[in-house]
Amino acid sequence: MSNAVSNPAIVDNSYEAVMSRRNEIMKKAVGIDYADFESGAIAFDYEKMMKETGYTLEEIQKIQSQTSVGNTPIFELKNITALARKYAAPGKGARIFVKDEAGNPSGSFKERRAATAVYHAKRLGYKGVIAATSGNYGAAVASQAAMQGLKCIVVQECFDSRGVGQPEIVEKARKCEAHGAEVVQLSVGPELFYTFLRLLEETGYFNASLYTPFGIAGVETLGYELIMQMRERVGKDPDVVIATNAGGGNLTGTARGLIKAGAVNTKVVAASVNLAGLHMASDTMFNKKSFTTGHTGFGVPFSTWPDRSDVPRSAARPLRYMDRYLLVNQGEVFYITEAMAQIEGLERGPAGNTALAAAFSLAQEMDQDQIIVVQETEYTGAGKHHASQLSFARNNGIEIVFGEPKTEVAGKTIVIPENPGMIKAVDMDMTKLRKSLIKNAIANNKIEKLEGVSDADVAFLAAETKTDEAFVRTALKELF
Amino acid sequence: MKRMVFTMAAKKGDWVRVHDTVLTPAQRAPQVPDDTKAVPLELWVKGIAESDAEIGETVEVVTLTGRKVSGELVEVFPTYSHSFGDYVPELHVISCQLRSILFGGDDNE
Repeated sequence: MSNAVSNPAIVDNSYEAVMSRRNEIMKKAVGIDYADFESGAIAFDYEKMMKETGYTLEEIQKIQSQTSVGNTPIFELKNITALARKYAAPGKGARIFVKDEAGNPSGSFKERRAATAVYHAKRLGYKGVIAATSGNYGAAVASQAAMQGLKCIVVQECFDSRGVGQPEIVEKARKCEAHGAEVVQLSVGPELFYTFLRLLEETGYFNASLYTPFGIAGVETLGYELIMQMRERVGKDPDVVIATNAGGGNLTGTARGLIKAGAVNTKVVAASVNLAGLHMASDTMFNKKSFTTGHTGFGVPFSTWPDRSDVPRSAARPLRYMDRYLLVNQGEVFYITEAMAQIEGLERGPAGNTALAAAFSLAQEMDQDQIIVVQETEYTGAGKHHASQLSFARNNGIEIVFGEPKTEVAGKTIVIPENPGMIKAVDMDMTKLRKSLIKNAIANNKIEKLEGVSDADVAFLAAETKTDEAFVRTALKELF
Repeated sequence: MKRMVFTMAAKKGDWVRVHDTVLTPAQRAPQVPDDTKAVPLELWVKGIAESDAEIGETVEVVTLTGRKVSGELVEVFPTYSHSFGDYVPELHVISCQLRSILFGGDDNE
């Protein structure tokens, strides 16, 4: 990178200088002028952005089918359901189904996002794509770039200052390279974004951001397919669709697909691994967590302020669609991942099973004739496996014990439930999350008095938080 | 093929891994926590060596996308060593417990 910038006019590559030109870099690298959708101090036209820069559901289905993405099977988890009913009150214990997104070419639902992003990049004439991700998305972009004939760079945060890499991220690097991508690995820190910007400047490639309208539109097919499959299979819409939540795109895209399928009564539930207390940008904490995604370190900040992403306006806005947000701990997800392998014959990656752990608990609140669909699984393999993660945790000083999962302290212990009846998801306070989004909108737009918030802004914030104008006005009064 | 094993030196044209410092501790972003600010932001990338070099020497490589990157040579013929980790006895316990709860364990045989 040191002398690598090809544009001779650009000389200052200090952190501050590169960050200060982020908007112009992004405009070139995404091909969207976000100013077209801005309308007020806070409000912008989200639906217009989704419509004008995205694709229709039919177009996306066509694009995805060209590279064998989507149309993944749904399995009923009969043994996991039976297990949940052992711990539920009489008559309780909803049927649990899972959409096996590991069946996509690169092994995760992320390929739905990657397929549209890479297609779009190619259509606009870009020679290559760059994605900043340590997760399944990198593998998905690499796989799509391989199929669609574009060059690909994946930038990932991988190692701590001792050079120790998270096994899951190391595996993802291998997978990206298996599909012909160049992998740029970094040590811990938010300046990954700085390196990412410099690579965009150097190469002129497309930013295959997770948060563009076409990326999110790519996930709409997941929700839509899911409903069509369930109607055919059980003759009705599921009562709950549950999605693992990190950056919010999974939940947003799926929920939009549910709406497009007309499943207006299906509740949308988010689930994350609770890593409260661990600082995500900390070098010494980096290898103390056993989940690199699907956790509260992404899920909470991205839900309450979506525009922290790598594009000016994120198309992933999960609080617009979320009815509940459930937390589980690391030990609970590892237990359910082992259960998937042992009693369902489905060996899948642990991060993708976060929502399943929450569904196992949620099912026990619901009636036996009700249905929950867990909307993803992910591939598994060396490094990206609950055995690898537990072994790695133990070798990094984490104490692994059987006990009451609620006593787990992220970064210090992993508490595996003594029996499956102890898997109990905990509700996040939705009112608090919604108020937090409103507070962030005020702070980040530097609004100093209540009069600075227009009626259009109030209506926008009501949509952003799936509430009404009265809720927003009450929340605003508490801020000024 | 003999050279495709661990070696301390790269020939021009070999597949190698290099290391570079992107930001020194003083250049790091203001918002990073203190422990992260105490160490540099480091980068690793693989490519084809443009010249002969020993481990620890600076070498220029051409990456898979054709970029030229200069850095300290850290590995020649880099490979993968991640695995399924050490034996995790807890997983065995879970497996036995689940079978016992659902299928009655040994009584079911």
